[in-house]
Amino acid sequence: MDQKGTKLTTTDSSRPASTLPYTQPVLKATGLVKTYGKVVGLDGVDIELYQGEVLAVIGDNGAGKSTLIKCLTGAEVPDGGEIWLNGRQMSFKRPQDAKQFGVETVYQGLAVSPALDIASNLYLGRELRKPGILGSVFRVLDSKLMRKNAKAELDRLGISTLQDVTVAIENLSGGQRQAVAVARAAAFGSKVVVLDEPTAALGVRETNQVLDLIRRLRDEGIPVILVSHNMPNVFDVADRIHIQRLGKRAATITPKSHNMTEAVAIMTGAASA
Amino acid sequence: MTTDTAQTNPPPAGPPPAQHDLASEFLDRSTPISRLRNLLHRYPALSPAIVLVVAIVIFGIISPRFFFVNNLSLITQQVAVVGTLAIAQTLVILTAGIDLSVGAIMVLASMVMAQTAARNGVPAPLALLLGLIVGLAAGGLNGVLVTRLKLPPFIVTLGTLNIFLAITLLHSNSASVVGTDIPGLITWTGTTFPVVGVGITYGVVLMLVLYIVMAFVMGRTAWGRHVYAVGDDKEAARLTGIRVNRVLLSVYVVAGAILAVGAWIQIGRADAASPNAGTDLNLDSITAVVIGGTSLFGGRGTLWGSLLGALIVGVFRNGLALAGLDVLYQTLAVGILVIVAVSLDQWIRKVRN
Repeated sequence: MDQKGTKLTTTDSSRPASTLPYTQPVLKATGLVKTYGKVVGLDGVDIELYQGEVLAVIGDNGAGKSTLIKCLTGAEVPDGGEIWLNGRQMSFKRPQDAKQFGVETVYQGLAVSPALDIASNLYLGRELRKPGILGSVFRVLDSKLMRKNAKAELDRLGISTLQDVTVAIENLSGGQRQAVAVARAAAFGSKVVVLDEPTAALGVRETNQVLDLIRRLRDEGIPVILVSHNMPNVFDVADRIHIQRLGKRAATITPKSHNMTEAVAIMTGAASA
Repeated sequence: MTTDTAQTNPPPAGPPPAQHDLASEFLDRSTPISRLRNLLHRYPALSPAIVLVVAIVIFGIISPRFFFVNNLSLITQQVAVVGTLAIAQTLVILTAGIDLSVGAIMVLASMVMAQTAARNGVPAPLALLLGLIVGLAAGGLNGVLVTRLKLPPFIVTLGTLNIFLAITLLHSNSASVVGTDIPGLITWTGTTFPVVGVGITYGVVLMLVLYIVMAFVMGRTAWGRHVYAVGDDKEAARLTGIRVNRVLLSVYVVAGAILAVGAWIQIGRADAASPNAGTDLNLDSITAVVIGGTSLFGGRGTLWGSLLGALIVGVFRNGLALAGLDVLYQTLAVGILVIVAVSLDQWIRKVRN
């Protein structure tokens, strides 16, 4: 592993630049089932994510959006169904299993640790250690390198509102916290980036920054799954839209094939695709 | 990789962009009090340090005997055991837990050390090792119950507190082991050596070494950071990819090992091992941690704060005794101290929000 590099990847950093014809999905799931006692969260969901696209997932409250995301990214283990990443079947038991394969997620409600600073949060769970015996035997962290890389990565992602990476998360505004969470996913996600309601509670300007970031990731060849309630945002940035209804996929549409009203109709069951 | 940290878009002339909007806005109206509050918030160990210095000065003025070398030596010895237990307690409290069994584990380990050496003829180094293993196992039991059965740490350690005490009494037949029966290595921690005239025991040195090592571990290793993250927000830590249960279990095991060292220090300090020693040590260790500014909600606090907390309690008890006040007033003072410390902490934390 190259710890000196300024890019924050821990797995392979080769991001395919070419947009291949849509042949094989990068991430695919078939027949995902997840129940919580008697409550059925997912009732056999299929989903496909292709190279170089932004796939939005929309649905009413309780339609199973967050459960779907959690099952795809190892935060929950599905009761049934299969998950494939680049043609390989996966069984993610924990979030770090998915991360190991380059699938990074921003969960709803932000998985950041408020008392730790920005750099520590970016590297939480995959800290860099000092070279040599200090790192290998005494497990000493290389805080300086982590701060430097974190700074470089925030600059690269164009997140200008975060200048000092040693500030504790609890001293940041909601939008800035969101930016940290999104930056972490963007920095380490070498295969897929998944964002669950990343613009919730954000101002207009901050929302646009996140949307720009999503487009930039797609242009770099990283496909993005975006869960959102915000229809204008979804229609603004998504290439395809997965509509989740009552624990199932109701339809997959595109912003060109359907308009917002039609999408909402499918979402609420007033119309079928 | 060419991107150096050079800023791509230099900020326009004028004031730098606000880094912590709300906080800095608030602080811009910097009254001396808000500035003090911000300072205390940034350096959590500062307020206990100030309290300690003030207490030392006041008690020194009240009673000239306070600064006598014998008295200073006594204070450090009194603090050594509680201070060591406070390290273990701090680790557990940082994970938003609490360990009521620290005193019981320490007593159990001390009885195992003293008894196997004095009565069963086990060589002293091996007896110490046995005590360490007992400490690790006891901490491990707490950790397994917390992580596997998902019981609240308060309940788990309330139960194991009684279990360990019962085992101690059964194992020792409720009898103490006197110092003359215990090999020198095990009572070595009570041996003093002079530091600028003040007699310091090796137990005190051992405690300080533990603080230095653990402060390093907490501040400079991934494990330390994960302990803070787990205490801060367990679910966030899990989603970040931290193995929460593994971290929690390891915290209780490490705490058990520290408590075993505490047992060694206790035997030296008392020059005996008694199954009834250390009944108030649970609460004393929690008191030290809380006075030291560590939050009972987890994720916030420092080991050095806990050391200062232990010293404050030691200085208060000693100073009040020298001033001729009844023991009752020491207890009263410690109680007030805890409430004042936590109130102060709440006030300081209002900086954010």
